[in-house]
Amino acid sequence: MKSINEVIGTSKVHQDWVPLLEVAAREVFELMLGCKLAPLPDSVEENFDITSMVGLAGQVCGMLSVRCAQKAAVVMASKMLGTAPGAFGPEVQDAFGEIANMIAGNFKNKVSGLGDGCLLSVPTVITGNDYSVHALADTAGLEVRFLFEGMPLAIILELHS
Amino acid sequence: MKSIRALIVDDSSVMRKIVERSLRQAGIDITQVFEAGNGAEALGVLQENGVDLILCDINMPVMDGLEFVKQLSGVEKARGIPVVMITTEGSETHVVQALSSGARAYIRKPFTPDQVKERVIPILAG
Repeated sequence: MKSINEVIGTSKVHQDWVPLLEVAAREVFELMLGCKLAPLPDSVEENFDITSMVGLAGQVCGMLSVRCAQKAAVVMASKMLGTAPGAFGPEVQDAFGEIANMIAGNFKNKVSGLGDGCLLSVPTVITGNDYSVHALADTAGLEVRFLFEGMPLAIILELHS
Repeated sequence: MKSIRALIVDDSSVMRKIVERSLRQAGIDITQVFEAGNGAEALGVLQENGVDLILCDINMPVMDGLEFVKQLSGVEKARGIPVVMITTEGSETHVVQALSSGARAYIRKPFTPDQVKERVIPILAG
């Protein structure tokens, strides 16, 4: 585990966080949804129309976002609740926001020093695909992509050091 | 183990359901579940109802979990009720803050039903 002092400051070392971000996401899906995330093949077409975002503030500022299709979010909610997939609605949005919250929390707890020095916002969920997000980030975003139950999923961490 | 009344405090209704399911999976007999979306709501619930166990998130709007636990000591009906924090805030500082404020145990999200069982059963048994 690297200390926060070792890693903040250059985009090169930020790349060292990619494996931590990947493990943080995998753990949330395995422990809370009971499923494993698979690698995303290049050939899979992405059509994301739901995004959940959690802000980070403190020693590290930025935003973690989770993006996928609404039908993937419906399946995620059903797996979290242990129920059959239902219609898209507030409960799905709530569950999807919690997934981003848990990934962000799990990620920062894996970086030594970041757990105490960085607070999380409550999650925000945006639906639709006709929008752009402009985070006040000054480094290239870290991104991990997976297949969730055959559907693509992207997790992006944009940082302002 | 006797049946219990539980208060689950989390701003996510989905997470409240997951926590309730985890308690039941742990073999805890729950006669009644009260829910609150933040610490202030939870204090209101406790003014009107008796509970045997409180499970509480930290990051919540209006009143967070740490403030809720601090204020709990001032509620006559709530004295002695064990509080278990269930939260994404897993740093040592948060754990120490929660435990020194009166929480009896701390569970980090993401969690498994087994982790809930390991932390909660000894508290109820004691």
